[in-house]
Amino acid sequence: MNIIVCAKQVVDVSEMKVDPSTKKPILQGVAQKISDIDKNAMEEAIKIKDKNGGKITVVTVGPSDAKERIKELLAMGADEGVLVTAPDNIDYHMTSTLLAEAVKKIGEYDIILCGEASIDLFSGQAGPRLAGLLGIPQITYAQSVNAEKDKVTADRNMGDYAVTTESTYPALVTVTKEINEPRLPSLMQILGAANKPIQEWTSDSLSSELKPMVETVDLKGVSMERKNIVFQNDLDKSVTKLVDSLAKEGALRG
Amino acid sequence: MVLVFSDNKNLTFEMLSKASELAKNLNKKVTAVIIGKTDDALAKEYISFGADKVFVAETNLESFKAEEYTDILGNIVKETGAETILIGSNKNGKELAARLGGKLNAGCVIDSNNIYLKDKKLTAERVVYSGNAIAVEQFNSTPAIVTVPSKAFDRLKKDDSRKGDIIKKKIDAEKSTSKILKVQEMKTEGVNVEDAEIIVSCGRGFKNKEDIKLVQELADVLKGKTVGCSRPIAADMKWLPEECWIGLSGHKVKPKLYIAAGISGQIQHIAGMRDSGIIVAINKDPDALIFKSADYGIVGDLYEVLPKLTSAVKEKMG
Repeated sequence: MNIIVCAKQVVDVSEMKVDPSTKKPILQGVAQKISDIDKNAMEEAIKIKDKNGGKITVVTVGPSDAKERIKELLAMGADEGVLVTAPDNIDYHMTSTLLAEAVKKIGEYDIILCGEASIDLFSGQAGPRLAGLLGIPQITYAQSVNAEKDKVTADRNMGDYAVTTESTYPALVTVTKEINEPRLPSLMQILGAANKPIQEWTSDSLSSELKPMVETVDLKGVSMERKNIVFQNDLDKSVTKLVDSLAKEGALRG
Repeated sequence: MVLVFSDNKNLTFEMLSKASELAKNLNKKVTAVIIGKTDDALAKEYISFGADKVFVAETNLESFKAEEYTDILGNIVKETGAETILIGSNKNGKELAARLGGKLNAGCVIDSNNIYLKDKKLTAERVVYSGNAIAVEQFNSTPAIVTVPSKAFDRLKKDDSRKGDIIKKKIDAEKSTSKILKVQEMKTEGVNVEDAEIIVSCGRGFKNKEDIKLVQELADVLKGKTVGCSRPIAADMKWLPEECWIGLSGHKVKPKLYIAAGISGQIQHIAGMRDSGIIVAINKDPDALIFKSADYGIVGDLYEVLPKLTSAVKEKMG
């Protein structure tokens, strides 16, 4: 079975600092890592390979230093890595187009695994966009996956209810962090990963004239101080004002 | 044209208000989409909440599959020439929007609670980096897809005198090869305080064990499902189990919304909840420390405030 795992290099949000005067996040110099939920996708890929045999290829669209991060996934158990070096100002349209072209170049595939979203921006676009571009079924938010020779079944967490979905191959599955506990590679595996191949493809070689459809024009800071808005005297008015404020901030969503 | 779709009608009502504002600025019309069986009553409701037109895509699909809904919505976008597409940001909506973005080669912004035109370009803000920053995203192309979470925008006042066209059309979707085998309600009991998104907490301001139901009732209407407490309630009075104890020696929590009722705000308690998204305090003492750590506070007797708050939230959430 040919398995492809899509993984993203992200900033470690827990190590991110905020500029005290502008409240803007400082992204420069922050440690980078593979997005946590993509490691769950990797772990699930290993389980599928253990059961059905086959080959795992990891694909990353990112800066050239992401090669070091791909090695972590090779140490976990991937057979081969592909790094598509990304241009600046990349958006989800560009990322998913490059992933789709990379998948086509890899050729044979039965199942593509992604994390449900990356922990830095948490959009969850890459998986469904890629499935749409490839024209294959998407099974999102999987909490458990059962891959058999000719079909894959997954239990999906849809919030208030759970859905069990089945698909023939090829199919794309996005997983949640509850699905498994990603393994920590042994020293032997880490050393062994150095001998596994990582191919580097430029974005131009896969798709020329790719332009962003959405651009991040600003990154605004969020004040960590509390608002200290206190309502008093007229109780009914206080309650109304409080509920209106909470609704406006989107805090009443379940 | 501004197109609006969600399989949740309340979310559609809310999006129609933002869609009307955008449409006015763009000098365009608003079309709401219904996918499934014809529902004239719902179509009329969409019109009274701001839609100029309702497009009913009649299908026999029994349940939601992103592949098929994307196909249908993509066809509607092509047929109507919609430039702006708002989709409700529940789990179905998010995977639909992203797949549609892929299919149409369109830009997409997920979970935006602030949408406006800047330099004549559609601009959408979203929270990133675990709540540490807000990204301002601007579209360079059309169609532009934005998903909108519930409660981000207030619905317009319902106006039953508004007129609009209802267009019904049979739309065939390409059948997906995936199959839905089972749909099951999820159990929501026994949520761990550390995983909870909304927590209502009680402290020494409560006089009797039975009164804790006031907190439970508010937690229930908030769908927060979780009750917490400060040290005295768990450790001294033992009115609630230690699983509910929030503080330095108890659990550290980080919900989106934390409501502290009758809690004075000792540093040990604050240490357990300071990373919460929004903190609300209810206390009869205007000088209580808790107000310094809160975004919003109400000075008043919790025995009066909590029941009023519970019914006000119930009303707001519909």
